[in-house]
Amino acid sequence: MKTKHIELPLTDKSLKGLELGTAVYLQGSVYTGREGLYKRVLDQGVEPPVPLQSLGNANFHCSPAASVNEDGTYNLGAVTATASFRFARWLSQWFEISGCRVIIGKGGMTEDDYRTHFVPNGAIYLSTVGYGTGALLGRGIKRIRDVYWLEELGIAQAMWVLDVENFGPFLVESDMLGNSLFEREGRIINENVDSLYDGLRQPALKRYGETTSRSDEVV
Amino acid sequence: MIKQDAIEEAALEIMRRAAIVIPDDYKSGIKAMVKEEENELSRFVLEAMCENWDVAEEDRRAMCADTGLPRYFVKIGNEAQVEGGFVALERTLRWATARATQEIPLRPNRVHPLSRIDHNNNVGILAPEIEYTFEPDADWIDIISVHKGGLFGSDYRMLFPGDGIDGIKRFFLDVMLEFGRRGLACQPAIVGVGLGGSKDTAMSIGKQAACLRVVGDRNPDPEIAALEQELMVMGNNIGMGPMGFVGKSMVVDCHIEVAYTHTGGMPMSVHSFCLSSRRAVVRLGPGGEIEYRTDPEWFTPYRRRDTVEWEGVVPPLDKAVAQ
Repeated sequence: MKTKHIELPLTDKSLKGLELGTAVYLQGSVYTGREGLYKRVLDQGVEPPVPLQSLGNANFHCSPAASVNEDGTYNLGAVTATASFRFARWLSQWFEISGCRVIIGKGGMTEDDYRTHFVPNGAIYLSTVGYGTGALLGRGIKRIRDVYWLEELGIAQAMWVLDVENFGPFLVESDMLGNSLFEREGRIINENVDSLYDGLRQPALKRYGETTSRSDEVV
Repeated sequence: MIKQDAIEEAALEIMRRAAIVIPDDYKSGIKAMVKEEENELSRFVLEAMCENWDVAEEDRRAMCADTGLPRYFVKIGNEAQVEGGFVALERTLRWATARATQEIPLRPNRVHPLSRIDHNNNVGILAPEIEYTFEPDADWIDIISVHKGGLFGSDYRMLFPGDGIDGIKRFFLDVMLEFGRRGLACQPAIVGVGLGGSKDTAMSIGKQAACLRVVGDRNPDPEIAALEQELMVMGNNIGMGPMGFVGKSMVVDCHIEVAYTHTGGMPMSVHSFCLSSRRAVVRLGPGGEIEYRTDPEWFTPYRRRDTVEWEGVVPPLDKAVAQ
């Protein structure tokens, strides 16, 4: 396995030659964001609580297993990503206003999404591993620098700004051309899929969508 | 009499153990898969998961931040007496959930489905779920905690008797492929299959088969046990591994549970208990005995009974007649 340690904020230089499937460890600063943040900033037009560029250029689709102590400090245990494909529709706009160059998440997006949203903004996608390396990633967080919109969005959706060290592993899921590791692997697996069903009779009642036309009946 | 204080501490402790310590049966299952897996990427994922479990235990932090929908299953001995009764027990389990959320911490995942209101303690309407089963000739209660992510990896389909084993196999493959791509099911998983019952029963026994039986356990019905093995091999021959990469580590074990169903139907559900298969069990005895373990022993011969009567259970009516 190729392995790379990368400093954040991400630069053109560190992105160069980064291949699909390379294991990556990060050092620097990342901030969390998901539907709560994207909706509030992009759909509702609420001004971000802090200039986004000041938070670095790595956005993590995550909500930590964290709690707020009575003295106002934070108790942060594990950190894992949430499935990113749900957030694709916000990303072009998000890249534009945030200047993000790397999205960290779970499950990636489609090559279409990468070519539409990521490539024009010089951004890549890093996938968490497993999934559920929550303890490993939790250990990589050295400090909670800030939490924004904790009250407005709740613990799970708030913006957590995290200082990280040896934070990983992640896998390079999309490259600068918009290729996807998941889709590459999927294409290989697909070659064999039809044969898995050889000799297995189709059930009597189909499910909607299994017929070739949406106007067909399922029986 | 089983005291509420003891129940609360034990119920909190099993949430902690479930969140932090991977059960041995699952860990051994994955370690065996690492040895067999030939694909570099797939092997890398499995090795990272093994390392993650070690770190979780060393640091005493949750192994996965998506601590799922924390919930309880309670097996009640027929002779067990609980201080304050079962309403008090439910109150205690709600308190334990709220405290676990703050103290471990767990992610406060539970929100109202429409308003999205989050009490930040994983407690709300029907949350945590508490499911019950009973056991004859026992004076203890078993409490089981399961944390399972909730978004992917499960599906339901109404099949028909004529669809036969082919139909079961097809739907099994469908679900493996449907949620295996990009690793949405967080495989290799313990895959639970529910067959029969009414629709909701098919869902719940499939879920219980995934979450409440251990790797290596076989259904006592030899025909079902053979199908479990067959589906497991089938899943591992798809050509897919963890994260949807090329590989062969997909199903660490397959468990099937059945329930008598409508004569015209064969409802089926499939559930995947993920790479952070989190479950922990405690048995509380009447004298304050407390014993922790990881095998829920949920599907007892009594639970799987198919007769009206059960040996040793004397119906009160007969007693009255005898007198």
